[in-house]
Amino acid sequence: MLKRLNGEDDMTGAEVAVRDAGFPAPFVSGLEYNAPARGPWNIVHTGMLIPESHQVFACAQGCLRGVILTAAEMLAMDRMSWISVDKNDLFDGSLERNIVDGTAEIIRKLPKKPRALLLFISCVHLFAGCDFEVIMSELRTMFPDIDFIDCYMNPTMRKSGLTPDQLMRRQLYAPFEPCPADRNAVNIIGNDRPTDESSELVRLVRAAGRELRDITQCRTYEDYRRMAKSALEITYLPTAKASGDALENRLGRKHLYLPLSYDFDEIERNLAQLAGALGIAAPDWTEAKQDAIRSLEQAKAVIGDTPVEIDYTATPRPVGLAALLAEHGFRVTRLYADVMIEEERPAFERLRALAPDLLLTATVHAKMRFAGKGVHERGDVIAIGQKAAYFSGTKHFVNIVSGGGMYGFDGVLRLARHMTEAATHEQDTETVIQRKGLGCRSCL
Amino acid sequence: MKQTARIISIHAADTSGVCSMLYELGGMVVVHDASGCNSTYSTHDEPRWYRQDSMIYISALTETDAILGNDEKLIGDVVSAAKDLSPRFIALCGAPVPLLAGTDFRAIAAEIESRTGIPAFGLHTSGMNSYLAGAAEALEAAVSRFCTDALPRTNAPSANIIGATPLDFSIDGTVESMIGWLKKKAGFDLVSCMAMGSALDDIRRASAAHVNLVVSSCGIAAAELLKKRFGTPWVAGVPVGTSFPEKLASALKAAAKTGECALPCAERDASSHGKRLVIPGEMVFSGSLAAAIESDLGAPCRALCPLEADDRLLAPGDIRIFDEAAAEEAFAAASGVIADPMYAPVCPPNVPFHRLPHEAFSGRCFRKESLNLIDRSLPWRF
Repeated sequence: MLKRLNGEDDMTGAEVAVRDAGFPAPFVSGLEYNAPARGPWNIVHTGMLIPESHQVFACAQGCLRGVILTAAEMLAMDRMSWISVDKNDLFDGSLERNIVDGTAEIIRKLPKKPRALLLFISCVHLFAGCDFEVIMSELRTMFPDIDFIDCYMNPTMRKSGLTPDQLMRRQLYAPFEPCPADRNAVNIIGNDRPTDESSELVRLVRAAGRELRDITQCRTYEDYRRMAKSALEITYLPTAKASGDALENRLGRKHLYLPLSYDFDEIERNLAQLAGALGIAAPDWTEAKQDAIRSLEQAKAVIGDTPVEIDYTATPRPVGLAALLAEHGFRVTRLYADVMIEEERPAFERLRALAPDLLLTATVHAKMRFAGKGVHERGDVIAIGQKAAYFSGTKHFVNIVSGGGMYGFDGVLRLARHMTEAATHEQDTETVIQRKGLGCRSCL
Repeated sequence: MKQTARIISIHAADTSGVCSMLYELGGMVVVHDASGCNSTYSTHDEPRWYRQDSMIYISALTETDAILGNDEKLIGDVVSAAKDLSPRFIALCGAPVPLLAGTDFRAIAAEIESRTGIPAFGLHTSGMNSYLAGAAEALEAAVSRFCTDALPRTNAPSANIIGATPLDFSIDGTVESMIGWLKKKAGFDLVSCMAMGSALDDIRRASAAHVNLVVSSCGIAAAELLKKRFGTPWVAGVPVGTSFPEKLASALKAAAKTGECALPCAERDASSHGKRLVIPGEMVFSGSLAAAIESDLGAPCRALCPLEADDRLLAPGDIRIFDEAAAEEAFAAASGVIADPMYAPVCPPNVPFHRLPHEAFSGRCFRKESLNLIDRSLPWRF
């Protein structure tokens, strides 16, 4: 049916050898394709982390559709309501009134009042000059026992400040009020899955005798509110950094950004910084480092020269991961990333030297529609991440998003084990990657 | 309150309707939006996405480009992609922000066509109407552009099926069953099925058909155009159950003979007092199912219309329901409800609820439960 002028395999503009690639944006932006890998969380999944909360989206029908069905698929429609925006609302001055009245009606109809209500507006409200402050103020007056959180689904503004994902992670903690600090408690902020107990980060916090709090572990609204008292905020995902900064500014807490890394020196620096903040001596990590290296060697022994492909949804540091694997002899052949983050610049330079022929491949480029499963199937590939699994057509993949809760030397050790597991076991890629929000319940 | 829902879903939007209708025709569809429309469409509204290639893209609109009216970015990106991929045509449609910015899609399409030589058309979506509006406009535009030649009618009786998308008929074999029924039971060869299973070149030959079968209200605009342009009559209905397909076949034969259009799906009367089964959904399907249940099972029915629909599709006594509260009220007064499972939370516990997934409402949530009701006994007893 489709005929391309430049031939079946011409991927010019959609992929480039790392030696020739620009940083941080190796590709020209244009029309975008959406690959069917649904594991990364969206703002609905993230918002649902607040226990006993309810979400109300005020948006156009097209925008509502995606968020409502996200909630439906995670079996959470009892926590999701909506107000649709009509063309007339944009011009007749009723935008604010409709949201206030609609939200009030929804709350009155709920079988139980929520402890918090996340009210989302969208791009069109911001373009139309909607007065969100008035809306929130009126609702807070009407329902003083509910914490109202202003939230935003505004992808049109994704390049004009914080992305919707960053904003969501920041607003996730908006109800936290200034209060006396509990020096015995530490928060991990902005994650959507728990950090492994075996990670050095968690072990250090435990060794310091501190209680570790994380929204992913909160079962009640009181658990969640207790996080406001913690004296130290830790973030390690780039998308969570703004959350930690906001809490530092608003609550006067110390914020440590200890980025998830695959560089052993950076890992050690992060852990030393954490130990310092916890007031304990930094342990000797030689053994942990050796364990991680041994695990990589074991994975390499199993995987051999099978190509490894990595995508940006698996980890916020895909370049760093590629560099680590290349340093340890893996044949990393392809990295899927449309842009890279500034933090990855040193790793990018390292990767250029280590594997100059490695291909950087876009995921949204229009040509990628025809580079997916069934067209460019390459068979024997170990993929790290769902998009890499999709584009390579492999059944052997590590099914993680956003780092998968793995951190530090232990994170490297675990990831190597996951790669070994992926090499020896097949998964039903089509079924697995189409489920939304990896780790959430799913009706599919 | 209008436009508000506590717990039910919302129907797919007009942009998804455009993409769904044009998916298999070899064209490039570009939704002018930031990012959400394409993800929503490809995740929830398009079951063909994983296995069947199609050139559906998003423009990745940014705040700056929207405010500054940088249409050249959109035009340049579309022209560049079209040169790479050689689509048969290019369709452009927009989400809410382009609506606010007053983006002129027809002018942009004309510019793209002049630069590429590829037929291009602009559509008037806003992300604020249902899939039916988008699918209707997209199909009408495609028919208008490509069904221009008045071909001689085929020797044997023949028909087009108009208005088929997975949003109404999933991918459970229902469309294939309709095509089989049309050939084997109704006695019409298929010229084209708009737009599942047929290529653009099949649709180009639509004028050779003796009659058109409209299976969703999104097909009416295109059917009206074919009537105006070639005199081809259309008949609205879906051959569900056992006796309604016979009625529909007779209507097709009569229309082919007389040239008069007919709406067997609305040839009912739900205006008398007493409780009825209610069936919310797209009106050609819901009306056909209501007729089928009344004749096959003897249970009085009423179609409920939560979507845009031509008044001709509503039988006396059918009700338009604009929001969740109206649905709740209609369900409470019914003897039973046949509806998508996502309506169940607003059905009172004492009213029997019969699940009938509709992809345009619940997406892929209940695809495994979808029912092919074409030309066969209905699965319910009342």
